[in-house]
Amino acid sequence: MADEKFDAIVVGAGPSGNACAYTLATRGLKVLQLERGEYPGSKNVQGAILYADALEKIIPDFREDAPLERHIIEQRLWMMDDKSYCGAHYRSEDFNEDKPNRYTIIRAPFDKWFSRRVSEAGALILCETTVTELVRDAHDKVIGVRTDRDGAAIYADIVVLAEGVSGLVGARAGLRSIPKPDTVALAVKEMHFLPRETIEARFNLQGDEGVVIESAGTITKGMAGTGFLYTNKECISIGIGCLISDFTNSDQTPYGLLEAFKQHPSVKPLLAGSEVKEYAAHMIPEGGYKAIPQLFGNGWLIVGDAGQFVNAIHREGSNLAMTTGRIAAETILDLKTRNAPMTANNLAAYKTRLDESFVMKDLKKYKNLPNAFHNKHLFTTYPQLISKAAQTWFRVDGVDKKAKENEILKSFFRTRRVKGLLGDVLGMARGWR
Amino acid sequence: MSTETETNVRVEDKLFQNRYLVDAGRPHITVTPHTVPSPRLLALTHVCPAGCYTQADSGQVEISTDGCVECGTCRVVAEPYGEITWNYPRGGFGVLFKFG
Ligand SMILES: Cc1cc2nc3c(=O)[nH]c(=O)nc-3n(C[C@H](O)[C@H](O)[C@H](O)COP(=O)(O)OP(=O)(O)OC[C@H]3O[C@@H](n4cnc5c(N)ncnc54)[C@H](O)[C@@H]3O)c2cc1C
Ligand code: SF4
Repeated sequence: MADEKFDAIVVGAGPSGNACAYTLATRGLKVLQLERGEYPGSKNVQGAILYADALEKIIPDFREDAPLERHIIEQRLWMMDDKSYCGAHYRSEDFNEDKPNRYTIIRAPFDKWFSRRVSEAGALILCETTVTELVRDAHDKVIGVRTDRDGAAIYADIVVLAEGVSGLVGARAGLRSIPKPDTVALAVKEMHFLPRETIEARFNLQGDEGVVIESAGTITKGMAGTGFLYTNKECISIGIGCLISDFTNSDQTPYGLLEAFKQHPSVKPLLAGSEVKEYAAHMIPEGGYKAIPQLFGNGWLIVGDAGQFVNAIHREGSNLAMTTGRIAAETILDLKTRNAPMTANNLAAYKTRLDESFVMKDLKKYKNLPNAFHNKHLFTTYPQLISKAAQTWFRVDGVDKKAKENEILKSFFRTRRVKGLLGDVLGMARGWR
Repeated sequence: MSTETETNVRVEDKLFQNRYLVDAGRPHITVTPHTVPSPRLLALTHVCPAGCYTQADSGQVEISTDGCVECGTCRVVAEPYGEITWNYPRGGFGVLFKFG
């Protein structure tokens, strides 16, 4: 392979790398994709919700053979304190549509399927191969990579870094820095197996309908983070994650947090009797717009989590990964067709295209929100206040309603004071705009 | 109550569920020799989701990478300070998620 030259080398076989390699290969380019895992997906962890639109734009008929678990008909948002949750649930028969918008998936089988499609499209995929460094020419242009296989250089016109949040290659080459502890979350997750009838009965589901729960509150012990519970066909994915800087400043362990979340009186019955078959952990880039590194240069592009493309507020990541992978491929294809070299100047078109897409528009909209979320009251005081308010409101005990209203208002002001409340509300509002 | 379970949880029992291909004798992460551990190294003893870091009786922080789930957290916390060296295991080795 040493003297073979490729049109493109893609580092990584996650959703961003697969989207890029697939798009390039279907249009006839000679693509080499390198993946360090034994099989695509063996190193990857996700919730996971698949947003159909991003994949549909790449593989329109994916529903015919992709390993999908359940299409989501109900979304629950829970604000939790130690004993209760106060929630919003949205369920609609409209989500039982021909082409559902969101599905739960399990990453290992999904990545394997996506990778098979990439290989069918004509790309060469080498697993069990870790890329160790970029190779540059005398003008500092990236012209290939070295791997831990035999250390020989493999050459290509362009190298696409789809290596994920903790990727070493881009950081070692000085293209971007290692993420800072306050811009990445650590999430831990377990897979709980149950008979499908049990899952359907517990969550009020029929057939392949699914429910997802996102939750925040005292479950993260004052740290900025959230918990989630997703229904698959025959198992439940449950996890919790917090900013790494918050973890280091506390004395909590990630697995202790997950255990306490599982023991919460509202969660425990949903998991009762299940068999745990895997424990996993992964980082999530949560720095948003301001943490996005330089995305292109002479002979290289960055896609997916390696470029910090995660919308933490809406819990979207894989769709941004697939979209940036596709847009990177379209940029490369466009340059190839015009016989234009893969220089930084020409590849700047990638950034322009991203700016015009929902990816950058959404991340830009929330560029100040990560700061607003560094407010520990959101994860301690407010869930407690809300729970107490709900309880005061719903308990029928001979106290008149007006007095109850006053009591609720007073509890908010007593705890956070007017200035604190206003600050919190304004901080959130400013971040949201 | 929850607090009891929390303190009793053994991460080893969780890791037991996972599949690994251990690259014997080639740890992919090492702790830089030190006499007194920094607060960051000490934090790793509770932050690592696989409990790979422990504090020895002598006070130094040590690592055993066998259960590592390759999340990269310790790298984010300590590598920029030269307190650990961090690499991926060789291609194919390490944790093998069946579900992920
Ligand atoms: C707990 C959790 C829940 C999540 N939930 C959701 C969700 O519900 N919906 C959603 O859309 N997103 C979710 N995300 C985010 C989503 O998982 C990521 O945004 C997405 O996986 C990013 O894709 P990627 O291809 O950029 O990176 P990755 O999926 O991380 O893939 C990178 C690939 O590169 C390989 N690699 C890395 N370095 C090298 C190297 N040097 N040589 C060779 N190969 C290499 C890795 O093995 C891996 O296969 C979640 C993330 C986590 C951790
Ligand atoms: S990479 Fe993650 S699991 Fe492995 S030692 Fe570091 S913190 Fe622990």
